[in-house]
Amino acid sequence: MPRAFRPSILTANDLLTGAAVYLSRDGSWTRDIAAARLLEDEARAGAALAAAEAMHGEIVAPFLAPVDPATLSPLATRDMIRARGPFTLPRARKAGTRKPARQQEPRHVSA
Amino acid sequence: MYQPDSFDHAFLAHRCAQFRSQVAQRLSGALTEEEFRPLRLMNGLYLQLHAYMLRVAIPYGTLSARQMRALADLAERWDRGYGHFTTRQNIQFNWIALSQTPDIMDHLAQAGLHAVQTSGNTIRNVTTDPFAGAAADEIEDPRPIAELIRQWSTDHPEFQFLPRKFKIAVSASPADRAITRAHDIGLRLVRNDADETGIEVSVGGGLGRTPMLGQVLVPFAAKADLIAWLEAVLHVYNLLGRRDNKYKARLKIAVREMGIDDFRARVKERFQQIRAAYHGAGLGLLARIEHFFTPPPRTEKPLGACEAALASDPRFARWARNNTAPHKRADHAIVIIPLKSPGAVPGDASAGQMRLMADLAERHSHGELRVTQSQNIVLPHVHRADLPALHAALARAGLAAANAGLASDIIACPGLDYCALATARSIPVAQDIARRVEALKIEHEIGPLSIKISGCINACAHHHLGEIGILGLDRAGAENYQITLGGQAEAPARLGERAGPGFPADEITDAVERLLLGYLALRTDAEESFAACYRRLGPAPFRSLLYPDAERGKHPRHAA
Repeated sequence: MPRAFRPSILTANDLLTGAAVYLSRDGSWTRDIAAARLLEDEARAGAALAAAEAMHGEIVAPFLAPVDPATLSPLATRDMIRARGPFTLPRARKAGTRKPARQQEPRHVSA
Repeated sequence: MYQPDSFDHAFLAHRCAQFRSQVAQRLSGALTEEEFRPLRLMNGLYLQLHAYMLRVAIPYGTLSARQMRALADLAERWDRGYGHFTTRQNIQFNWIALSQTPDIMDHLAQAGLHAVQTSGNTIRNVTTDPFAGAAADEIEDPRPIAELIRQWSTDHPEFQFLPRKFKIAVSASPADRAITRAHDIGLRLVRNDADETGIEVSVGGGLGRTPMLGQVLVPFAAKADLIAWLEAVLHVYNLLGRRDNKYKARLKIAVREMGIDDFRARVKERFQQIRAAYHGAGLGLLARIEHFFTPPPRTEKPLGACEAALASDPRFARWARNNTAPHKRADHAIVIIPLKSPGAVPGDASAGQMRLMADLAERHSHGELRVTQSQNIVLPHVHRADLPALHAALARAGLAAANAGLASDIIACPGLDYCALATARSIPVAQDIARRVEALKIEHEIGPLSIKISGCINACAHHHLGEIGILGLDRAGAENYQITLGGQAEAPARLGERAGPGFPADEITDAVERLLLGYLALRTDAEESFAACYRRLGPAPFRSLLYPDAERGKHPRHAA
């Protein structure tokens, strides 16, 4: 059975750089997920996807990513990582660092 | 080392010009993505989550200092200052822009490097023992055979559109550090009773979603017949391999479905047809190739200072004991540089680290480096007198972790942090486990132990061959980690067995800690490896360690 449609944003990779990009509210492609257009209607989302698939320049591999409509945060881990970048950077911590969770706690205070 | 000749240079120049034209056509819109994708994949260019990824071939894992510097330059000029060494002895760059790839290819070609056949359904970069040409236990250097295969397989017209990718590995020591049985074709140089060198050919190995170890096709093939045997196997596979289902398209499935005896009969039939045409072909070439792999000149140096440092400096002594392997020459050592300082990204090296390793290779290892299947770097020919200076230089760059082959020397694929195919993150899990191992301070007590973490079923990190293998999956939208136990990469290779239900991300490190501490209590003595202990006791005590609540009735699910 096909999965029920969930509010989504339209995302793809930029042809030149491969970076994750999003269809924005003004119809352009943006790196900024906060500027993405929320597609709450299945038919309109499908039409937007079809139009993107027909594009042969600018973007590659478009797809609909389900999001939380209130925050535009992607629901799938994969889409969340596409949006924020890798959770790791090379040699992010010095060797021998212990108990990282405890050290990180104070930084998690929300603004 | 092999030096590219005019043919190699002309071929690479042609490929670079061809690819430049293809990229221009894609950017102008003359080629659609569908048309362009197979062309970029033939040149090792993938589209990943955040950018294009370029997989550069390092033929049989051998690099010159100059080539390592070229990789460092690439990382700095066109990427984000680092690269990721892989279990296939290659390097991947994660932040590549399509528009810059033609210049990158030209840059690589100037150093004799390329990305040809690092993707696509063709014969991939041939791999071998990272200690080749230096190992005390090898019959002979397997790299001339590997280079012969590279030349034969590069742009081979019959084998550019195989049913699926095809991997060949060569080794020449009983330890089989190239893990030949986990490849479509595994070649092991062996000696017969008459002390002649021949080649044991195995077929049908591979990991991924259907892990299998290869079976022997020919126990002792003459070197003169090698190319004919390879052609025959590839020819039969090209016709038999399933093209209707990519998950059943690998050689291992064809061999399993038809049985090794029937497969052998078909290969032999083809071999007999072509043997006369091929017999001896390549032998002259092989002899010329062998000239490039002569051992480095012998040097005499006093060992007194090294012996004194071993006695007086425990940190150096531990590194020298743990991160070196026996060399053919007693006064030399093979030095392993783990890219695994606890907390680091397994296999990642910064441009600065690459340049330092290139400098150290020039100073201490006749200008040569290797990439290992464990995502580490090797300096193959280090005089033991140089070890203290080498250790000091590595320590200054954070590359002297004395953990080669230990529990924090974890193999991990890029996983869901980068890879479009991944179902779960693997690098953060590896970092967390390595930090835990470091904090527990038990890895030297444990001794050699392999932990391998793949972020999807394709098994790039060889998790089936880990004594503790971890496979990251997506379970209803959440990352979940399945454990396999008892695998073994070194000969005789063994596939691990699934232990039971998977663990959520925040429980996997605790589960591994229970296994490590439990193993210390279960083993007979320090000589009994984790894999040997698992074979002796079976899965039950290890499952009890992993699922303590199940025994108390809190966990109703039983291991599959």
